Formats: sequence, structure tokens, C-alpha cells
Amino acid sequence: MNTVTNISVQKIWSILGEVCDPEVPVLSVIDLGIIREVKVTTANEAALVEVVITPTYSGCPAMDVIRMNIRMELLQHDYKNVQITTVLSPAWTTDWMTEAGKEKLKAYGIAPPNIKQQVCNTHLFAEDEAVQCPHCNSYNTRRISEFGSTACKSLHQCNDCQEPFDYFKCH
Amino acid sequence: MTKDILYNYTMHLADNALILAQRNSEWCGHGPVLEQDIAITNISLDLIGQARSLYQYAAELINAPSPSIGGGRGEATEDSLAYLRDVRQYKNCLLVEQPNGDWAQTILRQFFFSTYQYLLYQQLQKSTDDTLAAIAEKSLKEVTYHVRWSSEWVVRLGDGTPESHGRLENALEELWMYTGELFAPATYEAEAVTAGFGVEVSALKAAWEQKVNEIFGEATLPDAAAGGREGIYMQTGGKEGVHSEQLGYILAELQYMQRAYPGAEW
Repeated sequence: MNTVTNISVQKIWSILGEVCDPEVPVLSVIDLGIIREVKVTTANEAALVEVVITPTYSGCPAMDVIRMNIRMELLQHDYKNVQITTVLSPAWTTDWMTEAGKEKLKAYGIAPPNIKQQVCNTHLFAEDEAVQCPHCNSYNTRRISEFGSTACKSLHQCNDCQEPFDYFKCH
Repeated sequence: MTKDILYNYTMHLADNALILAQRNSEWCGHGPVLEQDIAITNISLDLIGQARSLYQYAAELINAPSPSIGGGRGEATEDSLAYLRDVRQYKNCLLVEQPNGDWAQTILRQFFFSTYQYLLYQQLQKSTDDTLAAIAEKSLKEVTYHVRWSSEWVVRLGDGTPESHGRLENALEELWMYTGELFAPATYEAEAVTAGFGVEVSALKAAWEQKVNEIFGEATLPDAAAGGREGIYMQTGGKEGVHSEQLGYILAELQYMQRAYPGAEW
């Protein structure tokens, strides 16, 4: 039986590394930066694993699935007493994505967020700096649409290799 | 007492987001071009997300013991609040329930409302109520993107062709009378300010008008309140549950499944 003393927070983190984002399946929930905290406490003399998560966007339809997948993955490792808590503040930013995650994204054909965090402002016709084509590495790209296939992405096209691609937009 | 005010205030914010999201979603599959069809429905998705956070909070409030809020349907959930209330219980402002009209009218409605929401959430993220503050902080990042997108479209249409300019002017005629309500506090908004967690909406008006006129200038439109619109009678009532005839039709579509098949899930 799992007790507070023999549950390792580190072990929980490594299990969470196996839970993927259903919409971008190359990314784990840790790569995405949506796991904020893992806590192990005691509730009614049983060990309780609490996972604190935050959504990328308020309306992200993947969040319900992610919550369920976290529960299932932990259950498979015999952690039955699990609580998943959602927090909204501080709000998620692309800056929380891991470097490993950014590399996986690029290999998958999605342009990762710029290393320099792009913050959305209300300036007319402003665009993110230096969006790099994930296929040919050119910076000679243009935005086709401010919105894309999921809430967190916009649609771009490379002027050199002509390939269209998704990009994790400023947030 | 404070909890009743907090509940009403939260429901008002939630209803605004849900009804505008529902309106925008009517464009799904009908947008002028594919990219903008995706844009307007993505904005719907952001708004539905914001509405969900707010309804979840309101459900928590209503489920906690409190004799005065009422409810009468047992355990409230985000779904029961969205699907099982009738017109008079909805507290959204009149602007968000107005018909989509053409693309210009949809754009102008979004621009007016996003600009308002941007100013509102900037203040609300400093609310003494931690949950409202967190929802506002989270939503503000999304709303900023909506303000930029809708501003650009106002400029594009106003400074575009005589046809697009004319359509935007028509949209302004249609919608201007519903903008006053945004800054006229409902009873629970005034009480929320007194209680310390609400935002004084009347204080947002000057900044809103300045932003609107700045974008209108870029769009070669006259000042919003000029051109025969000075002192025009502003429609109010939505925030107190007195709606235009539009809301009933919206709810009929929104709630049809839950009314016909109570508890249906997929």
C-alpha cells in the first residue's frame, strides 16, 4: 500500500512524463508546462496524490481528457487516491514549455514558440518575431491566420519552401 | 448577502461570455473565408472556456448552504446553469445577444465587447475575490488577442471599399444603442463595487470611447458618438433580465438538447 512516506514526488513526476497532450501527441503534459505542482499529503489516514494543473487556454477542449489520462496513468501505477486541481493564476505562458518539448514540436512539424517570449498586445497588425519554418529552418515566413487548428496555435506559411505550418502563438 | 451579490455578479460575467460565444458559433461553416471562420469560432471557444470557469464558480457558490440564492434543482453544475435557466434569469447585456447580421456587424459587436472586456478584466484581476481575479487574469490574455483581431477587422472594413465602409456604418447604426448598457451598472454591479470585489463599470467608459475612436480614426469612420448618435437613447435591461426578443431564440437553440432529452450526454 502507498503511504505518504513511500510515495516519491519525483516518481509521480516521471509517471506524468508519460501522459501526452491528446491534440499534440508528441508533447507530454510536462513538456507543455501545464503541471504546476505535485503534492503528497494524507487524507483520512491514506496517502493522497495531488496534481495541480493549469490550462493553456480557458476553452482548451483537451483539458478534460488530460485530467482523465493523468488519473488513468497514475491508477496503472497503483496510485488510487488522486486529486487533480486546476489553477488559473498565474496564467500559462508558452515560456513554460520545456526545451525538450520545443525540440519535439519542431521535429513533429509545428513551429515552437520563440525563445524570446512573445507577449500579445493590442498593437494593430503586430506579428510575432522570427517565426521559423520547422521544415527548412527559414525565417522568411508569413502568417496566414491568427487562429489555427487548436486554440494555442496560429497558421503560417514558409516563403522559401512554401510549406504551411502551425505555430504556438504568443501567449 | 455578499454571496448573493457575488453569485449574481459572476453569473452576469458568465452569461455575457456564453451568449456571445453562442452567437459567434453560428458562423461555424459560414465564415467569409476559411481562416476567418476558424478565427470567429476560436474566439467562441475562448469565451465558452471563460464562461465555464465562471459557471463552475457560480455553481460552487449556489451549492454551498445559503437560503437566499435559491436554485431549486438540487446540485447546480456549470451545465445546469447554462442549460436550465430561462430568459429572465439570464443577466447578459443586450449587445451580446444581437444578431450576427453581416460580417461587419459581427466584427463591430466583437470589437465593442472585447474592448470592454479588456478594460473590465484589467481591473477585475485586482479583485478582492481570488477566484474572480484568477479568471480575469487568465481571460485577459485571450481577450487581448480578440481586441487585436477585431480592431484589425474594423480598420480593414472601414478603410476598405465603399461597400465594406458602408456595411460598417450600418453596423454602427444597429449596435450603438446597446453600448450604453455596458457602463450603466446593474444593482448587483453597484453592490459588488461596495462589497469590494466588483469593478466600477461607469469608470471604464472614457477609456473605452478613446480606444473605439482611435480605431475608428484608423478605419476612416467618424467618432463613435458623433454623426447623429450624440445623446441617442441607450437601451438597457439585459443585465437585470429584461432582454430583447433575440435571447429566447438563442436559448431555444442552445438548450434544445437538454430540454428534449434531460441529462443527455455524449
